[in-house]
Amino acid sequence: MTMIGWLQIILFCVIIVALAKPLGWYMTRVFNGERTFLSPVLRPIEAGIYWFSGVDEKREQHWLTYTVAILLFHVGGFLIIYGVMRLQAVLPFNPAGQGAVAEDLSFNTAISFITNTNWQNYGGESTLSYLVQMLGLTHQNFLSAATGIALAVALIRGFSRASARTVGNFWVDVTRTTLYVLLPICVVYTLFLVWQGMPQTLGDYVEATTLEGAKQTIAVGPVASQVAIKMLGTNGGGFFNANAAHPFENPTALSNFIQMLSIFALGAALTNVFGRMVGNQRQGWAILSVMGVLFLAGVAVTYWAEANGTSTLHALGLTGGNMEGKEVRFGIVASSLFAVITTAASCGAVNAMHDSFTALGGMIPLINMQLGEIIVGGVGAGLYGMLLFVVLAIFVAGLMVGRTPEYVGKKIEAREVKMAMLAILVLPLMYLGWTAVGVVYPAAVASMANAGPHGFTEVLYAFTSATGNNGSAFAGLTGNTLFYNLTLASAMFVGRFFMIVPAMAIAGSLAAKKSIAPSAGTFPTTGGLFVGLVVGVILIIGGLTFFPALALGPIVEHLAMNAGNLF
Amino acid sequence: MLREIRPAIVLLLVLTVITGLAYPLAMTPIAGALFPARAQGSLIEKDGKVVGSALIGQEFKDDKYFHGRPSATLAPDPNDSTKTVPAPYNAANSGGSNLGPTSKALADRLKEDVDKLRGENSNAAVPVDLVTTSASGLDPDISPEAAQFQVPRVAKARNMPEDTLKQLVASATQGRLLGLLGEPRVNVLALNLALDRVAAK
Repeated sequence: MTMIGWLQIILFCVIIVALAKPLGWYMTRVFNGERTFLSPVLRPIEAGIYWFSGVDEKREQHWLTYTVAILLFHVGGFLIIYGVMRLQAVLPFNPAGQGAVAEDLSFNTAISFITNTNWQNYGGESTLSYLVQMLGLTHQNFLSAATGIALAVALIRGFSRASARTVGNFWVDVTRTTLYVLLPICVVYTLFLVWQGMPQTLGDYVEATTLEGAKQTIAVGPVASQVAIKMLGTNGGGFFNANAAHPFENPTALSNFIQMLSIFALGAALTNVFGRMVGNQRQGWAILSVMGVLFLAGVAVTYWAEANGTSTLHALGLTGGNMEGKEVRFGIVASSLFAVITTAASCGAVNAMHDSFTALGGMIPLINMQLGEIIVGGVGAGLYGMLLFVVLAIFVAGLMVGRTPEYVGKKIEAREVKMAMLAILVLPLMYLGWTAVGVVYPAAVASMANAGPHGFTEVLYAFTSATGNNGSAFAGLTGNTLFYNLTLASAMFVGRFFMIVPAMAIAGSLAAKKSIAPSAGTFPTTGGLFVGLVVGVILIIGGLTFFPALALGPIVEHLAMNAGNLF
Repeated sequence: MLREIRPAIVLLLVLTVITGLAYPLAMTPIAGALFPARAQGSLIEKDGKVVGSALIGQEFKDDKYFHGRPSATLAPDPNDSTKTVPAPYNAANSGGSNLGPTSKALADRLKEDVDKLRGENSNAAVPVDLVTTSASGLDPDISPEAAQFQVPRVAKARNMPEDTLKQLVASATQGRLLGLLGEPRVNVLALNLALDRVAAK
């Protein structure tokens, strides 16, 4: 670890905190339907879209209707992606002449993109046409992110409204998020990325003759426009197989730094939106503090482990940390930081191969996802995941003093706690259950690339990532098989919808409640005690759920490595 | 509920056209006009022919060139399309080795490469980036130490003084952005092009 490394990490944190307030202010205006500086241009387009689509923007929806709208939107998105992938051979924008994508791979990828997972069983440049990249993947990068944000906003309305029957209008929320938040940022961001060296072309792959006379086919494409939303929407599905490690998908140290910022920017700002909408910004800062504590602890461990290297490297006298699977322009610190960021949020883009990380360095991304990516989280997904833990923490606090727990003026009762527990318990069932199947079913075992405990971690990582809708991978695992295409799709599906539906049920139930004024017996939820309590609840629930699995994977691998065992 | 059906179809299609077609197709000519070379992939031409991209590494095996990092990229086996074969710096199929910290295959590969490099230059420590594969398999850069490490070999193969090469490496070294972001590095293709130019004089 070096001073300059820590300076990069601190600079990152400072900018994220500084961005939270102005972005939160702007986004709150957008979600409340107020005027913004973009309204003169965008308002006519927005009104035209509602008119054409038959949306009455004044009419709000009950939480059930809102949820149904979300589900219908997903179904449509699935059909579009699946259709374009199966038909890509006969559709335009296919200069590399890619054939139809197989049924199971199309199914997996369609589920993967509508759930904001963006798991890559496909190899971008070797499988997909430009049309699929744009119409299939780029569009769903926008819409699955907008859906996540809409959902978080609906949940926030549940906390902020009193005796209300409705939680907003999904169609309006998703349209406004896309038009006013995601698109304008992406337009500027795309140009920045091209300036840094990212291609944006519909031309053919380039045939080059290298200095030594060999042929090199260089894949290009409309990369920048997709990468912009891939990072901003915490989607993470790469244009290229190697994702953000590919020099075209992340050309410079600066493009890397901005990409890291854009993963966290909207998620962190949503905590501020929460504070504003419940009428006290300190509530938002308290939640951001919980996230910050968990995040910095993770960064410290991964950075230390990667800088320290492995016993194999030490034995050969190689110093400078574990550079296997990392790029020189990023080095140890930017690779470690990126890995923690991408899994703290539900992004899943990678700028280094997590499979080649040290045992402990690779364990932190795994833990981040198993906690439910509540540290900043995906756009929206992190906030509603975190609020579920807050509900539990408040409930625990209430039990300790024997009072009905309350949070931002709402009583937290049996229904909310049940729904929060449902969401939190279903996820481990998916990733632990499928991992158990994956390590004994012969066709699945054959997919492991590494032997020993590392192979186990590959499987555990895959199902954790799918369930958490993250999408990063221990990429040695051969995921493009019938078994993994189907099981991972089921994990992604459950991971998305068994979060969405309980979260929406909580939103509806909270919105209907009366708001109560804080009294002397109210547990203050803006101070250090609250932050410590939530961190504690997260770590205890997490520790009880997945510590045994971690012991079988990364922990035993670390001990084996120190003992000099190879597999 | 029924009145949600129309937006579910029409709004989805409208937003799909905006974000999936209008946005990328509009950004392409704008980016192409503002940054013509970069939007096409930062291609480098020599004598009218494309020799590569400034951002994409390529394989160098000849002693008279500086070498990049090992690359783990693959290509379909020409004899059996269900299998793959090693194809270093395949810029149409990026990827890493994905070998873990306790992998025996990785340990064996590292040992072999380290031994080979020690035979080439026994005066300096072997730089770690010169024996580890990159994440993309297309890393265009090596560390300044890795470039300096290769100076004796290249000098011998080209019959050039080592000092000239050391200066060449020093002038090809890029530092951290603002002294803070990223790592010091040398672009291998740029270095070798400069080397060819100097040698031709």
